[in-house]
Amino acid sequence: MNLKLDQLDQIFVILNNWLLGYLPPVVRPLCSSILAIALILVTFALLFAITTVLERKGLGRIQNRFGPNRVGPCGFLQPIADGIKSLTKEDIVPNPADHVVHFLAPVLLVAAAFMAYAVLPIGRNMILVDMNAGVLYFFAIGSLMELAVFMAGWSSRSKYSLLGAMRAIAQMISYEVPLVLASIVVIMQSGSLSTVSIVNMQATYTGIWPHWFVFTPWGFAGFALFMIAATAESNRSPFDLPEGESEIIAGYYTEYSGFKFALFFLGEYIGMFATSAMAITLFLGGWSAPFSFLTWIPSYFWFFAKLLTIILTFIWVRGTLPRLRMDQLMNLAWEFMLPMTLLNLLTAGVWHFMPAGALRWLICGAMVVVPCILLSRGLKQRKKFQVRKYRFSE
Amino acid sequence: MVGKGIIKGMVETARNFLGSYVSKQRLTTIQYPEERAPQIEAARNFPFLVFDGTDAEQGLRCVACQICEKECPPKCIFIEKSKDKKPDATGKMQFYPATFNIDISVCMSCQICVEVCPFDSIKMDVVYDLSNNDRFAGLLLHKQQLAKSNEYYNTIHPTEAAAVDAHFAEERAKAAARVKAAAEAKLAAEAKAATDAKAKSETTLADTQAQPVGGGTR
Amino acid sequence: MNVSFILLAIITVVGTAAAMGMRNAVHCVLALTVGLAGVAALYLQLGAQFVGFTQIMVYVGAVAILAVFAIMMTHSPEPAKPPTFSSFWTVGSVVAASVFAVLAWAIHSSSLAAHTLPPQPEVTVQQIGDALMHRFVLPLELMGLLLTAALIGAVVIAMNHREEIK
Repeated sequence: MNLKLDQLDQIFVILNNWLLGYLPPVVRPLCSSILAIALILVTFALLFAITTVLERKGLGRIQNRFGPNRVGPCGFLQPIADGIKSLTKEDIVPNPADHVVHFLAPVLLVAAAFMAYAVLPIGRNMILVDMNAGVLYFFAIGSLMELAVFMAGWSSRSKYSLLGAMRAIAQMISYEVPLVLASIVVIMQSGSLSTVSIVNMQATYTGIWPHWFVFTPWGFAGFALFMIAATAESNRSPFDLPEGESEIIAGYYTEYSGFKFALFFLGEYIGMFATSAMAITLFLGGWSAPFSFLTWIPSYFWFFAKLLTIILTFIWVRGTLPRLRMDQLMNLAWEFMLPMTLLNLLTAGVWHFMPAGALRWLICGAMVVVPCILLSRGLKQRKKFQVRKYRFSE
Repeated sequence: MVGKGIIKGMVETARNFLGSYVSKQRLTTIQYPEERAPQIEAARNFPFLVFDGTDAEQGLRCVACQICEKECPPKCIFIEKSKDKKPDATGKMQFYPATFNIDISVCMSCQICVEVCPFDSIKMDVVYDLSNNDRFAGLLLHKQQLAKSNEYYNTIHPTEAAAVDAHFAEERAKAAARVKAAAEAKLAAEAKAATDAKAKSETTLADTQAQPVGGGTR
Repeated sequence: MNVSFILLAIITVVGTAAAMGMRNAVHCVLALTVGLAGVAALYLQLGAQFVGFTQIMVYVGAVAILAVFAIMMTHSPEPAKPPTFSSFWTVGSVVAASVFAVLAWAIHSSSLAAHTLPPQPEVTVQQIGDALMHRFVLPLELMGLLLTAALIGAVVIAMNHREEIK
């Protein structure tokens, strides 16, 4: 029984080895990579399709309406209809646009988004490349996406696009700092930049409770900050000002139509999945089960279960919170999140050097909660209502 | 508490999401072609002609008086009177419209034609999906399309139709009473004339031409 | 000299040459980005993972974005001017050729070309961290001080500007 479950857990590895057995040893590494890459592309593109329909139906139900419910059972074949639509739409490129850069922008975005999956462990022994500096690679690739956004906005030669691109890049670089700082606490604690070793450290249990980093004060704060920064990095509500549909049409991808638009959409969502997957790897224990008696369920199942939970939370937050204004967004990044991440670093250091017990929970918890409350109280913008002065009417 | 607003908001949306599966109040969508929104009784869209009974031609209440045609502000009603007559609701011989066309691309649903009709024969319908491929001929409704039964009228505007039916019943009762009274009067007059004629014919035969009594009886 | 090195070298050289030669400023920056990415790939090919990824993160992710921002905020799209021939060309090519000759002679006569290299050390991030915290802690702190000064200076400049508007 146990052997069969282990086999189920490692089924993709077993299949991979079996297929490679048919090939000469010279091409085996290359073919192994190609196989894994193809599987990643297919899986996450499928997840993207499912997410689009889940999002539309979820948002619809939150807003007292049905989502799409005509194509397929309960509307779940809607992505096929969307795909056909975007493939058959006319590809309009504005005349003054820079054609080469205009074409390359979505390509770069999607390429950078997919490249980030190389260091994410999807299951036990299921990672594309086990790099020594995996987390660093992930953040380096993430910074390529900003370049793609700039290329899209600039090459369209339109003021909406340029404005959207400027706002998008400003937002992305502002939130990259808390994103990286929030993940540094994990690197500090685990002592390694390799995602595989980070997950392996979290896959152990005391009793039934796992050693996930999210179950510590600094880990919880780090997770919260990481998720907020991840939401901002993927330009998702409530941080979707760059693509604010009601304000600047579509921001940096205003001038795109048809399949390139679909590619932007795809790239954004894939980036969102990648950042969520990194959050799962760093804080939520990667592919490990939440309780020790549940480890018989395959590891990839847990990974995707956690990923789906995070996606549903993203959809929930999108349906709830209003959009943040540009200055509110920037203030949040630089005045709230940056100090919080730095204090979190301090807290993680204190945790590391204190002996285990209730005292360190108390102190570290206080070190995280008290500044959070003080900062948010202090930064709350108190509106001063004044008598209005009319400049031109008197 | 810090973050209270966000948590309250998320609880509310979660409540909306889960409630949309159980209660109608949290899922107010009406899926259009299959379900229709209920209309209030006073809803109105375009006019239609009422007929009593089952025959649309014979039971048509309209007598082609053309008052609605003259009163219609955008002049969207086009009537042609017939040459012959047919009996109306109370039995009197009336004209009827040979053609009765309403151009619903012009009609503005002001209901003036309904208000001025003395015969309660044109009323407002509630049907709204009348769109057509043909911009001109498709939107010119003729008599056969406009004539709908009194039962239909009762279903769409129950109170109004009940009032109209009561009014008609009254009229018919009065008419019937009048006919009965006239018939009785005729019978009495005939009986009286018979006795008079008998008396007169017994006295003189040559002078008086027997005048037919109770000439134009109704 | 394996295939990957040649390929990456070509990409780097072409990218940086295009960065100098293109007429559109945005194209120049993007070509420079390609050149910098090529340098990062060369680092990775040599096995220096940390340096390679940091090169991407810092140069492509920050410096290129900075250049891009500068162009976005100041540049107006002007029509491309046709290249003109001036006397600077000859002087410039002479200078470039002499610099190249000096560098090539320096590299050729150094230990690299003589193939007397020590075995390549396996440098992990841990070792870099140890070195930074033990041997090179003073330069690290000085750089931190310099960066802090730059940050404060930027904030001061931006703040003054805002007060002027008020």
